[in-house]
Amino acid sequence: MEVYIALKILWWLLLGVLLTGLAIMVGMDMGVGTILRYVGRTDGERRVALNIIGPHWDGNQVWFILGGGAIFAAWPVIYATAFSGLYVVMLLLLWTMIIRPVGFEYRSKLPSPAWRNAWDLGLFIGGFVPMLVFGAAMGNALQGFPYHFEWNMASVYTGSFISLFNPFAILAGLLSVSMSVYMGAAMLMNRSEGALYERSRRLLTLAGPLVLVLFTAGGIWIANLQGYTLSGATQGAAANPLDPHVSVQMSRGAWLTNFKSMPVLWLLPLLTYVGVILGALAGRAGKAHLAWWLGALAWIGILGTVGAAMFPFMMPSTTNPAQSLTVWNASSSEHTLIWMTVWTVVFVPAILAYTSWAFWVMRGKVTTQQVESDDHAY
Amino acid sequence: MVVPSETVIELSRWQFAATALYHFLFVPLTLGLSFILAAMETVYVTTGRVIYKEMARFWGKLFAINFALGVATGLTMEFEFGTNWSFYSHYVGDIFGAPLAIEGLMAFFMESTFVGLMLFGWDRLSKAGHLAVTYLVALGSNLSALWILVANGFMQDPVGASFNPVSQRMELTSFFDLLFSHDAQSKFVHTSIAGYVTGAIFVVTISAWYLSKGRHVDIARRSLRMGALFGVFSVIGVITLGDALGFVAGHAQPTKLAAMEGMWETEPAPAPLKVIAFPSDEQQRNVGPTVEIPGLAGILITHSLDTELPGIKELERRAMERIRNGIPGMLALQRYRENPDDQAALATLREHEDDLGYAMLLMRYAPDLTQATEVQIAQAARDAIPPVWLTFWSFRLMIGMAFLMLIYLIAMATYSLSKQCVLHHFLLKISIWMLPVPFLACELGWLTAELGRQPWTVYEKLPTWISASTHSAGYLYFSLTGFTLIYLVFIIIEMFLMVKFIRQGPGEHGHRPVPGGGGGGIQPVLSRPVMQPEE
Repeated sequence: MEVYIALKILWWLLLGVLLTGLAIMVGMDMGVGTILRYVGRTDGERRVALNIIGPHWDGNQVWFILGGGAIFAAWPVIYATAFSGLYVVMLLLLWTMIIRPVGFEYRSKLPSPAWRNAWDLGLFIGGFVPMLVFGAAMGNALQGFPYHFEWNMASVYTGSFISLFNPFAILAGLLSVSMSVYMGAAMLMNRSEGALYERSRRLLTLAGPLVLVLFTAGGIWIANLQGYTLSGATQGAAANPLDPHVSVQMSRGAWLTNFKSMPVLWLLPLLTYVGVILGALAGRAGKAHLAWWLGALAWIGILGTVGAAMFPFMMPSTTNPAQSLTVWNASSSEHTLIWMTVWTVVFVPAILAYTSWAFWVMRGKVTTQQVESDDHAY
Repeated sequence: MVVPSETVIELSRWQFAATALYHFLFVPLTLGLSFILAAMETVYVTTGRVIYKEMARFWGKLFAINFALGVATGLTMEFEFGTNWSFYSHYVGDIFGAPLAIEGLMAFFMESTFVGLMLFGWDRLSKAGHLAVTYLVALGSNLSALWILVANGFMQDPVGASFNPVSQRMELTSFFDLLFSHDAQSKFVHTSIAGYVTGAIFVVTISAWYLSKGRHVDIARRSLRMGALFGVFSVIGVITLGDALGFVAGHAQPTKLAAMEGMWETEPAPAPLKVIAFPSDEQQRNVGPTVEIPGLAGILITHSLDTELPGIKELERRAMERIRNGIPGMLALQRYRENPDDQAALATLREHEDDLGYAMLLMRYAPDLTQATEVQIAQAARDAIPPVWLTFWSFRLMIGMAFLMLIYLIAMATYSLSKQCVLHHFLLKISIWMLPVPFLACELGWLTAELGRQPWTVYEKLPTWISASTHSAGYLYFSLTGFTLIYLVFIIIEMFLMVKFIRQGPGEHGHRPVPGGGGGGIQPVLSRPVMQPEE
């Protein structure tokens, strides 16, 4: 296989890794934001919940930033086309996401209940909305976006903002919110005691089955969705979405083609089922740590299923399907991908190592006592 | 061809400038204060004197308030190239995206993971462990600056890349050229040290304010000394490296340099330095009085006595030539896009490739280049000159502030070392007015660099106007309104908290707040009442 083709596939996989990191780590923090007012009935409980993720949310958020940076570096056409086409959604995502850093840091700096309630609302919005948008974006990617390119590769988006909130996208959005609630609850269980722990456990055991229902419904829907198939692409060629030799067919159920030709891929949706069922049982039995890791497996299953269904498509076009962005026509140059690979191979293991160390340092239960005796606490 | 409307271009520029300048209010302080925190903690760990830990914790709290907004507004920057500059993102993403991604991998992950441990890990880590974490935060934030400025360096001086007609974009040809670009390297050092000056002035002025009120004297005196010494070295560094940057710009960006110096005509070498002048962009000359130092500009910029610096009018003539040379290149590119087998078109394109960017300048006025008139070419050539008045004065004010800070910091360092300074009462009293100066200087530095780069997003390769996304103006009004509201609320809250915690000051020596009873109702975060300012 040509080096360039291998690099394109590698960076498609690495994008998957980064998105999974984003879903697991940022999703967990956003889940805590979403359920903050439910699991924490008193200010003391809410502060405990916030201080559980307090030392980690900032590091976790870099998965999101790195995800954006990696799309820019490895898939610049997708970065340019998706981010500008989805302008209003992107702003919605951005504006709700920037409430979070400020909310974490400032919420407990003043004692006023009105102040803290306002920030709690901000943290809820900053947790719920972005996860809904992430999921909806995935749901829309499966359906394709209305865009095309001019001769000079300027992208033109012709869809409306509202059409992005169609039933399938909302289903996908709710699935991602449910997963984030599951992961947030698992993290809180892991480091809390008493009422906070109990309420988190209850939510986790509810979120698990909800994920299964939504995932199953989504799967059946995808099987009947208008999918895309590609022919005529030169896999090792320079990125050119305007290649006249490419043709793309749209047909109902085409997203199952990869599963039919490679049945081993069915392990991915299976992983989701196994992860969530065992995870919910583990959570019920009070094994929070195990439940968290099983939830992470479920995330891998969910995103893996979407990736496997769409490959090699990354961002199909509904209005000019032949210009759809795929693994073969949307990547960076070979030189850039080689360098990005070098940096990734060096630094991702380091990131995983020191992130684990940071979690290990902060291990153990967080209590109201601790939070209130530390004037740096959230 | 669908192109962004004039309104959308203007509003996109305003939005980018506003959000970048806003973000850049918080970044320099993070860069500088993180090292000062590390220095304070080093003294604590090596001498075991608890007061230095109190200092690190107090300044650390202010650091955290600032840091949160830096992180929040940084998210905007990560999105904004794609949302508002989509043609730019496509055209140079192959090069520009890489340093941004590496910044995340190498620097931002490190900074953000360890900042959590720095703020929450005092009781969890050994003394040396916590110190190491603090240094990693400082290192991470400075490495962030490195990669961002490598990315920015490409916009100023696009080295290590070439145009690929198949993918219709610029692609990376040499990672080393990109990384070791002279512009990127000198600007990284200049910018990060400007951050150190900002951190130093922040610590010095607030400490001086405490001293003028006779409060927290132990902590304030020590903080002031550390800040002033760190600041003197930094401000000398920032001025020296500013000179290096001017030297680099002189080679890579003659139009920026000519605008910074208000040089309309090519003057005999060595050119004089205009200390004061009033450039008129319309009349293309300096109106009103001009104060000059003979020979100085030529010597500072070229580091020689006999290298001539081209004036703006000459640069405009050169731009006109390059536009003419770019036209056949762009037309050949269009033919090649229609028929990828057209070898003649490819050969013509290769011949005129360097001036494709200039052809794009002209496309703003003549979308169909075959119909371009001399008037339109002259119009486009005039665009090749950045806004002179703004660039000239942003640069002058930045330098003025740098020297003001140099004098101030030397005075404060002398005072803190000798206690002999006759002016010290006066100095302490005026100190708080020095606090905004480094922030303003940093903003003016950004303006000089980025206004001086106009009309290009990537110097001589890609014009700003064509870089913008093809949105409807309504989208831009929507986003500008949203940003204005959110950023306004955020800055008010941030300033309020900053002022509140500065007024409150560090806790008493060795003081630990009493744990609140039970888990119930709302407990004050700080068990000490807020100290009222003595007015």
